[in-house]
Amino acid sequence: MKRLAVKNLLGRPGRTAALFFLVLLLSLTLCGGGLVLSSLRTGLGSLENRLGADVIVMPAKAALKTDLDTLFLQGTIGPYYMNMSTVDKIAKTEGISRLSTQIFLSSMRASCCSIPIQVIGFDPESDFTVSSWLKESRQGSLDEGRLLVGSRVNANPGESIKLYNISCPVAGQLQPTGTGLDTAVYCTLPTIRTLMTAAEDLGGYSSISGDPSETVSAVYIKVKEGVDPKDVADSINVHVRKVKAVQTRSVITTVADSLSGLERILTLLIIAAAVLVWLVLFAAFTLMTGERKKEFATLRLCGLSRGRLAGLVFREAAIVSLLGSAAGVGLSFLLVHAFSGALGNALGLPFLLPSAGTAATLALAALFGCLLAGPLAAAVSARKLSRADTGLILREG
Amino acid sequence: MAIVEFKEVSRVYRNGDHEQRALDRVNLQLEEGKFIVILGPSGAGKSTLLNLLGGLDNPTEGTIMVKGRDISTLSANELADYRAASVGFVFQSYNLIPTLTVIENVALVKEIAPKPLSSHDMLKAVGLADHIHQFPSELSGGEQQRVSIARALAKNPDILLCDEPTGALDSETGVVVLKLLLSMAREMGKTIIIVTHNQNIAKMADVVIRVKNGKIQSCEEQANPMSVDEVDW
Repeated sequence: MKRLAVKNLLGRPGRTAALFFLVLLLSLTLCGGGLVLSSLRTGLGSLENRLGADVIVMPAKAALKTDLDTLFLQGTIGPYYMNMSTVDKIAKTEGISRLSTQIFLSSMRASCCSIPIQVIGFDPESDFTVSSWLKESRQGSLDEGRLLVGSRVNANPGESIKLYNISCPVAGQLQPTGTGLDTAVYCTLPTIRTLMTAAEDLGGYSSISGDPSETVSAVYIKVKEGVDPKDVADSINVHVRKVKAVQTRSVITTVADSLSGLERILTLLIIAAAVLVWLVLFAAFTLMTGERKKEFATLRLCGLSRGRLAGLVFREAAIVSLLGSAAGVGLSFLLVHAFSGALGNALGLPFLLPSAGTAATLALAALFGCLLAGPLAAAVSARKLSRADTGLILREG
Repeated sequence: MAIVEFKEVSRVYRNGDHEQRALDRVNLQLEEGKFIVILGPSGAGKSTLLNLLGGLDNPTEGTIMVKGRDISTLSANELADYRAASVGFVFQSYNLIPTLTVIENVALVKEIAPKPLSSHDMLKAVGLADHIHQFPSELSGGEQQRVSIARALAKNPDILLCDEPTGALDSETGVVVLKLLLSMAREMGKTIIIVTHNQNIAKMADVVIRVKNGKIQSCEEQANPMSVDEVDW
């Protein structure tokens, strides 16, 4: 009977291919949809981890020009800077536990630079947002003049990137975050200040004002335990001029709200598509089982019990469903992986593929969902059909 | 020795208030190894008789003994086992599985029947040893019917039930099939029961049973049945 199931499948290639395609579609919908949703959730989680700070302070001009919601999806705030004296004033605000500065610089699309890229300079000693990520990525210390590159920057450790005619060796590559941070490079403050000086010499950054060693782009603040970040942000906004303090929680909340809305729509679409394909699949298996009533009646006549007949049909459907759903799962991973960047950009949300465990769970759920449709429909139909008048079916031919 | 015995067997079909008595208190004894023909007009109860004997249905009343075993009260699964072990079927339509070759169609029963015979031997017996790897669609009607007979015989049944086995064949091919069935009774000792409208087939039978309105009208033994070639087809 095992061979009969395979023979039947091979003997009707058109029918088998149609069923295979339907199962693949169902599996693709379930697994692919699940992967997209899961990637968005993972991306948001990653964004939360990466932000680390409770409050971010940036030049007021930058705050006016920058969409705060996408600030950390883009990675940087553009070519706006504030003086170190401003940082000193910010540091005097009550309730601050830790404070660290970062400098953002964009490379030029010119012969002086290998690639157009965002450069982020940070202070490893005071930093509490990037360093933990570096540790997760198991990268070594970042010496002066060297760079760490984001996961989507096309440069390998050992190679060099030319920025403003300065060749910077790549020390390592960071783990993906699913945000714009993946397309940036990271270096220490002295390195980025050297690059800023070089940029000024080349006329690439006219808006840099004053001594590069005295400017920063943003200040990251961790508040003391029990202190409300809102109070700290408000205090800075009131007491320090020409800056804008933002709670990171508000950025996260806005992104989370967008994600939540999108998640609802996507979930509904996935459920609707899956139910539709499931119904088509159920109908297809039922119709095809009906078409084969003569064949089943013959087997019943030969002495095959209802249970064994249902088993035979179940086996056939299970083979097609397993192959189709496995192909669908494979295709889902392939497509979501290949287009993860494009999907993240199109949705305007952090997009990071989930862990292997989550991915495996999704794959298993999709396989289970597919196996619920075909084999069940086929076995139910076969059992129903086996109760029909076998003799009559065969006499009618 | 009686291989089949019907005792007061009735089969009543009910549809709401309407009741149809397809078989009405039938009593019948059939001997082993005989070539038996059941004749009767449409709706006489021939097919019901065949269904009950073939284990496709249970009687409403009475008992059916096959080789001393009462099959009238068997469950669906027990009837499936009975069909697998004791009876083979041949219908007017050949009912071969189109995706399987000739040998695979016959070998199919090996996984169902408890004491199957060699598929090759059965195909040889029906004269199709050279066609074993062909598909049913590549065979003529007569050849397909012979495959279906080989499949029925490969189960090694005690009784072969044939419902209009030559109905879809031309007379020449029909004769070949009837000769084959007759030889199964004569040489292999199988009990062959043929249900037909065709009066000519009755001339070659050991026993002719006439059915009308759900009752056995007559059951005649023919001491000297004609050979297939003697019958005017």
